[in-house]
Amino acid sequence: MIYAAIVLLPLLGALIAGLFGRLLGPRPSELITTSLLVVAAVLSWIVFVRVGFDGETARVPLFRWITSGELDTAWALRIDTLTAVMLVVVTTVSALVHLYSIGYMHEDDSRPRFFAYLSLFTFAMLALVTSDNLLQMFFGWEGVGLASYLLIGFWYKKPEANAAAIKAFVVNRVGDFGFSLGIFGLFAMTNSINLDAVFAAAPSLVGKSMSFLGYEVDVLTLLALLLFMGAMGKSAQFLLHTWLPDAMEGPTPVSALIHAATMVTAGVFMVARLSPIFELAPTALEVVVLIGTITAFFAATVGLVQNDIKRVIAYSTCSQLGYMFVACGVGAYSAGIFHLFTHAFFKALLFLGAGSVIHGMHHEQDMRRMGGLAKKLPITWIMMLIGTLALTGVGIPHVGGFAGFHSKDAIIEAAYAGHTPGNFAFWVLVIAAFMTSFYSWRLIFLTFHGETRADHHTYDHAHESPWVMLIPLFVLATGAVFAGIAFHHYFIGEGYSEFWKAALFEAPGKDIRHHMHEVPGWVPLAPTVAMLTGLALAVVYYILAPWLPAATASAFRPVYLFLLNKWYFDELYNLIFVRPAFAIGRLLWKGVDGAVIDGTIDGTAKSVLWGTGRIIKLQTGYVYHYAFAMLIGVAAILTYFILAGGGGAQ
Amino acid sequence: MPETTSFAAALPEIILAAGAMGLLMLGAFGFSDGEKSDRAGWTAILILFAAGVALLGQTGTERVFNDAFISDPFARFVKLLVLAGSATAILLSFDDLRRAKADRYELPVLILLATVGMLMMVSAGDLLALYLGLELQSLALYVLAAFRRDDVRSSEAGMKYFVLGALSSGMLLYGASLLYGFSGTTSFAGLAQAASAPGAATNLGLIAGLVFLLVGLAFKISAVPFHMWTPDVYEGAPTPVTAFFAAAPKLAAMALLARVLFDGFGGLFVQWQKIVIFIAIASMLLGAFAAIGQTNIKRLMAYSSIGHVGFALVGVAAGSAAGIEGLLIYLAIYLVMTLGAFACILAMRRENGPVEEIDELAGLAETNLPMAFILAMLLLSLAGVPPLAGFFAKFYVFAAAMKAELYGLAIIGMLTSVVSLFYYLRIVKVMFFDDAKPGFSATAPYVRFVMIAAGLFVLLYAVYPAPLVEAATAAAKSLSL
Repeated sequence: MIYAAIVLLPLLGALIAGLFGRLLGPRPSELITTSLLVVAAVLSWIVFVRVGFDGETARVPLFRWITSGELDTAWALRIDTLTAVMLVVVTTVSALVHLYSIGYMHEDDSRPRFFAYLSLFTFAMLALVTSDNLLQMFFGWEGVGLASYLLIGFWYKKPEANAAAIKAFVVNRVGDFGFSLGIFGLFAMTNSINLDAVFAAAPSLVGKSMSFLGYEVDVLTLLALLLFMGAMGKSAQFLLHTWLPDAMEGPTPVSALIHAATMVTAGVFMVARLSPIFELAPTALEVVVLIGTITAFFAATVGLVQNDIKRVIAYSTCSQLGYMFVACGVGAYSAGIFHLFTHAFFKALLFLGAGSVIHGMHHEQDMRRMGGLAKKLPITWIMMLIGTLALTGVGIPHVGGFAGFHSKDAIIEAAYAGHTPGNFAFWVLVIAAFMTSFYSWRLIFLTFHGETRADHHTYDHAHESPWVMLIPLFVLATGAVFAGIAFHHYFIGEGYSEFWKAALFEAPGKDIRHHMHEVPGWVPLAPTVAMLTGLALAVVYYILAPWLPAATASAFRPVYLFLLNKWYFDELYNLIFVRPAFAIGRLLWKGVDGAVIDGTIDGTAKSVLWGTGRIIKLQTGYVYHYAFAMLIGVAAILTYFILAGGGGAQ
Repeated sequence: MPETTSFAAALPEIILAAGAMGLLMLGAFGFSDGEKSDRAGWTAILILFAAGVALLGQTGTERVFNDAFISDPFARFVKLLVLAGSATAILLSFDDLRRAKADRYELPVLILLATVGMLMMVSAGDLLALYLGLELQSLALYVLAAFRRDDVRSSEAGMKYFVLGALSSGMLLYGASLLYGFSGTTSFAGLAQAASAPGAATNLGLIAGLVFLLVGLAFKISAVPFHMWTPDVYEGAPTPVTAFFAAAPKLAAMALLARVLFDGFGGLFVQWQKIVIFIAIASMLLGAFAAIGQTNIKRLMAYSSIGHVGFALVGVAAGSAAGIEGLLIYLAIYLVMTLGAFACILAMRRENGPVEEIDELAGLAETNLPMAFILAMLLLSLAGVPPLAGFFAKFYVFAAAMKAELYGLAIIGMLTSVVSLFYYLRIVKVMFFDDAKPGFSATAPYVRFVMIAAGLFVLLYAVYPAPLVEAATAAAKSLSL
């Protein structure tokens, strides 16, 4: 009951605000959706305690869904620790974002629509994380895609927002294509899409191969890779990452909800949820590590030089998602989910803090026109500072620190313990940690410190945000400070098996967590050193010698441009995919369509219209014509039977 | 069998008949003048509801009154739909008739009487019971069509319907007498024996009787070529009456057709399957093509209903349990879609009265987005676009036809549904892309309720189709195949 309530309350809110929003007016719509979400969040924490600490697990069937041949599926909620963690993350951040939006969106005319979309998104995300079968997961998967499309394109009069929304949708479609193929494949192989049945059947598939595109491939590897393709799209991993920075065109609360805490983490969740399948496909896991590592590195480099405050955070998210995938790839799912959990707090905090800055600066997003805002927005400044300390992982090794310190360092240890060739995953992640520290502090210094670069008018009118926007920041800041130290023990420490129980699967004999504790003593220190180096460099660049960045940029101009243009991925895709598609489209339109199809269609349409004219002419309105038609009908049928020899033609 | 049980089996019909008489008395002597039609309407809905409750209390299969009356899951499934359709039609009628100053208490009474007739038809197990039910229904419908007796178009519609209906009744009776003459019985069970006796397939008298009987029923479901009254009557009758015509009577007649063919003429399956295929194809084709040129939305709905009858007949033609199951699901979904669409048509009204031209819907998306959205959903569902309910309706009957190896029929059906998409989409285009006309005046709450309920049904059917499918599966088992 409580489980169903958590999932359905946001849907109820979405329906109320969506259908009756205009009737109710904006304020009641906001209050209804927000309070329903707060209730859901409170219930989620209750569930979290019950499942995580009292050891309850449940499978709550709602109703039968599809029964067709071998496909027998019910709507059911799967409640275990993994679900409980996700429920807490999703509903908490969503409730806070709802609250924050009341302040942030107060000038907007269509607030009921906005809140309906937010709640709808939350519902879809909850449906995803509670799914008991692959189809339900796919349903939630597509649902969050649709809702994020609506939210990114919320300001539909802005052309960039529309383009970004479409881009997000299309790029995700590429990933979803792989995901759906993976689901079909699993169904074909195991005759079921229910998770328990699929997991039970998975070990029997080890070593089997099938022919795919003319090659003999290992079944499990192929399926795991196809599923991972879906995760890559949703979690904006390297090659399918291009939509995430553009999606920053949407309202900032949306970025905090979707692009920090929930939707983009769906890929990580999926890999963790399907760990019984991934664990049996070592080759696929290697790919997961590789993609995760590249993403963590690539996104961090791009984040170094971006000027839009939200884009810096977006690339940071992209990079941190890479960390999570590395953790999953080496088998430390708990570390990945732990980082997902803490990251949700501090990244949502950073996004909402950035939103507060943007709000206070009257929709200015370019950090080159900020600076010195610490005096104007003191509370926001402190909150962003906490978020940055958490993101960069400040803490004292072996003692404790901010949230990111516990989770990110755990991932880096796992990367070392995972024994990648040449330890590349470990080293790349350490370098990425250095860059994370640098760009995070760069953001803080450029925005809040030094002389202001904003024009007088904007700077003088910059104002702290209202309380309704600051309270969510406080809550998230609390999480950013304490989430790591409080839950370290349960997520990845000694409390592991009691906390997770059977929710995560580890292939026997791998024992990654044991190895994590036995890494050499300098390994846990490495990320802290990297973090401090990044901090020091940022202080030099943006506080002590503010002329240095420009000098560096002109000295290494090609590198700078390469990073500023995001490794030219958009241009590359434009060249490879978009332009040829347009060319083919034009060809079809001008040549084939013009002559062949239009000719045929017009011809058909004309004869249809002609025939229609005939039929209508028969409809004269005279009763005796109608009666005559009936008699002709009877006569025709009777004649047929008489001629056919009394109907005997059998 | 003791007599009390016989009456218990017919309890819903008895409630309705007694209720109709009582209501007539109340209307004439009981209600005060001001609120007459409203009170009569609500009382009628109450009576329909009571009949529904009595219906839900019944279980199993009972054949009473010398097998002339059958109460089985099949009958109850259709009856429940018929009762719901009648009640909804009354709900839709309040506002429209009041504004047309035609709000007389006879309308609910007539609808009740027609409903008794329909329930009789659905439960008929004998040619005489069949005819009694059919005539009771038809007589009430003739009067309903001409209900606005001071309106020329309404009177014309009633007259046309009456004359042609009389002709079709004549043919049906002639068929019944031929059947009696050649088999010596009027009960379906007896006819079934005669139809499966050796030599039945070459017995022209029997077949001619079957043809005439079928023609009479084809007229009631407005299948081609016995459909020609439909557009004129739909257009001329008051809109709430049209909504009623399009919904409940179609269902009852279709169920009766299926019962006669399956229970009475199983032995002549090969013969009647040909007729059914012929009128199904003709109906689907005409429904798809003739609707294209229409500018009046009620006329368009008339052709649309002709097309839908064709699709539903595909389920009958399959001649299998799956076909009947498809037919029942089709009827249920069709009922909701049609009533929803007519609720939208009733909402098309400006200060100076109702409008019926499709062009009047121009730019509805700007003036009234929820209504435009719901109407668009209903139209797309009528066209059978997935994942709306209408798609599943078509899916089940076509799947049954494919299983019965009627590939040609299924393919023609799919092609005509593509053609029909064209004219439904045209309305959607008018609503969403044409320059806006002045908005409609406020919609009556009951009409809006029906609209929203129907819209939600077609949208959400796909989420949880199991109850309807299961009920239809259970109901389909009670026909002998």
